[in-house]
Amino acid sequence: MRNISVEEITKNIKEMCIEANHFLSKDMRDALKKAENNEESPLGKQILQQLEDNLEIAGKEMIPICQDTGMAVIFIQIGQEVHFEGGNLETAINQGVRQGYTEGFLRKSVVDDPIIRNNTKDNTPAVIHYEIIEGDQVTITIAPKGFGSENMSRIFMLKPADGIDGVKNAVVQAVKEAGPNACPPIVVGVGIGGTFEKCALLSKKALTRNVNEHSHIPYVKELEEELLEKINKSGIGPGGLGGTQTALAVNIETYPTHIAGLPVAVNMCCHVNRHVTRVI
Amino acid sequence: MEKYIQAPLVESEIKDLQAGDYVYITGKIYTARDAAHKRMDETLKNEEKLPMDLKNNVIYYMGPSPAREGKVIGSAGPTTASRMDKYTPTLLDLGLKGMIGKGKRTEDVRQAVVRNNAIYFAAVGGAGALLSKCIKESKVIAYDDLGTEAIRELQVEKLPVVVVIDSKGNNLYETAINEYNRER
Repeated sequence: MRNISVEEITKNIKEMCIEANHFLSKDMRDALKKAENNEESPLGKQILQQLEDNLEIAGKEMIPICQDTGMAVIFIQIGQEVHFEGGNLETAINQGVRQGYTEGFLRKSVVDDPIIRNNTKDNTPAVIHYEIIEGDQVTITIAPKGFGSENMSRIFMLKPADGIDGVKNAVVQAVKEAGPNACPPIVVGVGIGGTFEKCALLSKKALTRNVNEHSHIPYVKELEEELLEKINKSGIGPGGLGGTQTALAVNIETYPTHIAGLPVAVNMCCHVNRHVTRVI
Repeated sequence: MEKYIQAPLVESEIKDLQAGDYVYITGKIYTARDAAHKRMDETLKNEEKLPMDLKNNVIYYMGPSPAREGKVIGSAGPTTASRMDKYTPTLLDLGLKGMIGKGKRTEDVRQAVVRNNAIYFAAVGGAGALLSKCIKESKVIAYDDLGTEAIRELQVEKLPVVVVIDSKGNNLYETAINEYNRER
C-alpha cells in the first residue's frame, strides 16, 4: 500500500489547469503547423497562421489560449494499492480546480444548476471520471473543455445492420452540421460500442489521445484515416471560412457492445484541444 | 480584400463591405453574450431603456477571461453567435448595425441583417490571446453581477474580422465551403 496526501492531488490539479490553458501539447502544435502548410485556401492559411501566433502570445504572456477556459474534465486512474489520506479525494480535486481557475486568471464558466444558472464563480465542480487500475500510482489527465465545440457533439444509436458505413455517415454528418461552430480545424473524438453513456465517455477519452497516434486495431486505424480524408473534403476549412483543413485528426475508441446495438458518439473539440497528464 | 473601418459603423461603409472581405475595426464596440442578451430582452419587454444606445453600434459576442494585473483584459475571442439568434432581429430593428461572433446564423437573422443594412463579422474562434492585443480599453457598463457576461464597452484597434453575412445577405459560410468542397 502507498499513502498519498490529497493535498498533493490539489496542488497538481491546480498547476495542470493553468498549464493546459496556456500551452498546447507538441502533437497539437505540430498538427497545426502541418495544416498550415497543407491548406489550399489563402484565407484558411492566414487563419492558421493567426492560431499559431495566438499560441505563442498565450505562452509568452500567460494569456489563456482561448477565453473559454472550459469546464474542467478530469480523468483519474487510481492504482488499487493507493490509500489517500488527509481528506476527501473529490473535495481535493475540486479545490485544485478552484485554486487553478482563481489564481491562474482563468474564466469561471460553470453555473450551479442547468436551469437556474447561477455562476459558481470558481469554475467548480469539475466533471470527474474515476478508474481503478493495478499498481500504486495515480494518473491524472485534465482536459478543460470549451462549449463551442461541446455543443456540436452528437450521439447516434445505430442498428447493427448500419455497420461501418453507418458509422462513417454519422461522423461526417455530425462534422458537417457543426461547420464553423466547432472552431475548425477540429479534433474529432469518436466512441463506438458500449452503451449510451459508455460510448460518450469513449469519445471524450479519444480526444485526450495524441493526434499523431492511431488506434492499435487495424480496421479502426484505417477508419480514422478514411474519416479524416472525408472530413477534409467537406470544404469547411479553418474557421469554417472554406478550405481543405477541417480536422487535424479523428481519434476513435471502441468497446464491446450488445447484440442489438451500435452506439456511436462524436465529441467535437476545437483546435484548442487541451490535455495535460501527470503520474503521481 | 483588406479594408479598415471605424466603429460605430457608417452606413455608406457597410454597403461597400462584401462577404469574404478581411476587415480591421477600430473604435468603440460593446460586448454581450447569452445572459446579457436575455436581460436586454427582458428590459425591452418591460418597456425600459437598454444600457447602451444601439444605433450604428457593434456588439461583440465575447466573455473574456480575467485580466492579469496591469493588463486591459484577459483572453478575448468570439463565442458562438447562434445562441444569440433568438434575440438578434429585435436588436437589429432597434438600430444595431454590426455583430462580431463565430458560426452560423438563422435565416431570420440573415433577413434582419438585409432589412437593416447591417453586417455580421466572424473573428477567429480560439484566438483569444491574439485578439486581446487589439483591445486598448475595457470597462463594464452594465450587468456587473454577470461577471464575464457583463456588458463591456471596448476601445479596439485594428481588430481583425472577416465579413460573413454582408448587407446584401451573401453568406460566406455557404459560398466558401462550396468552393473547397472536394466530394464531387
